[in-house]
Amino acid sequence: MISFNNVTKRYENGYEALNQVEFNMRRGEMAFLTGHSGAGKSTLMKLIMLMERPSNGRVLVGDQDLAALPDREIPYHRRRIGVVFQNHQLLFDRSVFENIALPLRICGYDPADAARRARAALDKVGLLSKEKLNPVVLSGGEQQRVGIARAIVHKPELLLADEPTGNLDPKLSEEIMRLFQQFNQVGTTVLIASHDLGLIARMRHRVLTLKQGRLISDG
Amino acid sequence: MDNTKSRKGAIRVEPKVKKDAKVHRGAEQHKLNVADRGRSYLRHHTDVARQSYESLLGKPLTTIMTLAVLAIALALPGSLYTGLKNLQVLAQNWQGDPRIALYLKLDVDEQAAETLSHELLLRDDVAATELITATQGMLEFKERSGFAEVFDFLDGNPLPAVVMVLPRDLSSEVVPSLQADLQTLPLVNEARVDMAWVQRLEGYIQLAQRGVWVLAALFALAVLLVVGNTIRLTIENRKEEIVIAKLVGATDAYVRRPFLYDGFWFGVAGGVLAWLLIQISLLLLDGPVEHLVTLYDAQFELSGLGFSETILLLLFSILLGLAGAWLAVGRHLKSIQPK
Repeated sequence: MISFNNVTKRYENGYEALNQVEFNMRRGEMAFLTGHSGAGKSTLMKLIMLMERPSNGRVLVGDQDLAALPDREIPYHRRRIGVVFQNHQLLFDRSVFENIALPLRICGYDPADAARRARAALDKVGLLSKEKLNPVVLSGGEQQRVGIARAIVHKPELLLADEPTGNLDPKLSEEIMRLFQQFNQVGTTVLIASHDLGLIARMRHRVLTLKQGRLISDG
Repeated sequence: MDNTKSRKGAIRVEPKVKKDAKVHRGAEQHKLNVADRGRSYLRHHTDVARQSYESLLGKPLTTIMTLAVLAIALALPGSLYTGLKNLQVLAQNWQGDPRIALYLKLDVDEQAAETLSHELLLRDDVAATELITATQGMLEFKERSGFAEVFDFLDGNPLPAVVMVLPRDLSSEVVPSLQADLQTLPLVNEARVDMAWVQRLEGYIQLAQRGVWVLAALFALAVLLVVGNTIRLTIENRKEEIVIAKLVGATDAYVRRPFLYDGFWFGVAGGVLAWLLIQISLLLLDGPVEHLVTLYDAQFELSGLGFSETILLLLFSILLGLAGAWLAVGRHLKSIQPK
């Protein structure tokens, strides 16, 4: 599903975020990406999302060579991926429901269909009762779950999460991770960047470790 | 029907399996058909147009300020253009056929003037003549100029008799030679063709027209910048939304659309306001112009922007609004493109 071939990312200021990274992820696999902050986790995610392009090497997502994708194709590439951010990236000028329906509206779903799917996603993360609220009144854990609902509402093939449990207490973190596991069980490929090593160890999945831009362990 | 025979010997064909058929363990991908897509595209357009309209109404102060600048920037060249158009019509009215005015010497009496007028009519190169006697001249002047009292201070009539001559050949080569010829007549003090100033006026109008175009281009640039800047501020307020929309797969067109509608509404409203400004200023000028026209005894009516000109003004204004928005969003989109 994801394949990195000798990928290097050097930023304009000369900083080398990734150095000759090489790994493959099968369709339907679940893996953790770990390492200190600044090790290159976010950059790796951004390369998959095409928020950045590699300086060297090839990134393939679902058999598609991303280097061959022109800028105008990027939106359609991103529609196949769901992303959860550490800081939720929710819009506080609209309701929880509207936040979750946003990807569907962008893809052009019929409003009735979109509403049905958005409610289903909300139900999956256990927040159906809060659909009309503004996300600003929700707790950190709830906001993160709204972010997850938004990431999976269009049933992406690939789910990325960048520090999804960053600011949450251990119990909530575990809950969130279980949620990801559920999505993986129905076939979604899941890649989670996290530095919560204890939690990662308990989850028993493949772990990719980055250190100063290099992939130092995989297993 | 004999192909039934050949069927008997047919070899059993293995059911074809699509080479690239994937075993989808993953969640089912959603497919949208073309009709659905078209409908959702239209729906998005109407939704966005309405939202943009409402959001502009939602911040009336900003909107009014921007619209005022737009309207004034469009109305200035617009009213200059209208003014020039009227001047041109006026100049054409005046131009008419060139006549040669023969101002007779002051000591020529009415009888002699009339004889001259009849004699001139016999010439081959003269189509018509008209005698305005000194007395007639004075009466007309009193009637039209509004300076009737002037004559009370004068003893006698200072005006000469005038014979208006309409040449048969009106070409610009013949008229001056006829004028020179008539100038030599003993009773004639001066033969004048009042064409030169009309031509000069034409020249000035053309110059001014060129000036109006230059001015219009400058003001168009101003409109572009004003719309662009207003939209840029809106973008700044919706930056987060743009980033998120882009991350979940919004196309540039999708992101651009609401801002283009903002530009569109600015263009529509700015154009309509500019039109109003032009028509109102014309209304204000109408009274004085009418008075002036009656003094000159001319047939002239101040005309505003016609139908096609109004449409053109609106289209131009909308185009500028869209272009300003396009530029502003384009710049922003470019800045968030992956490198």
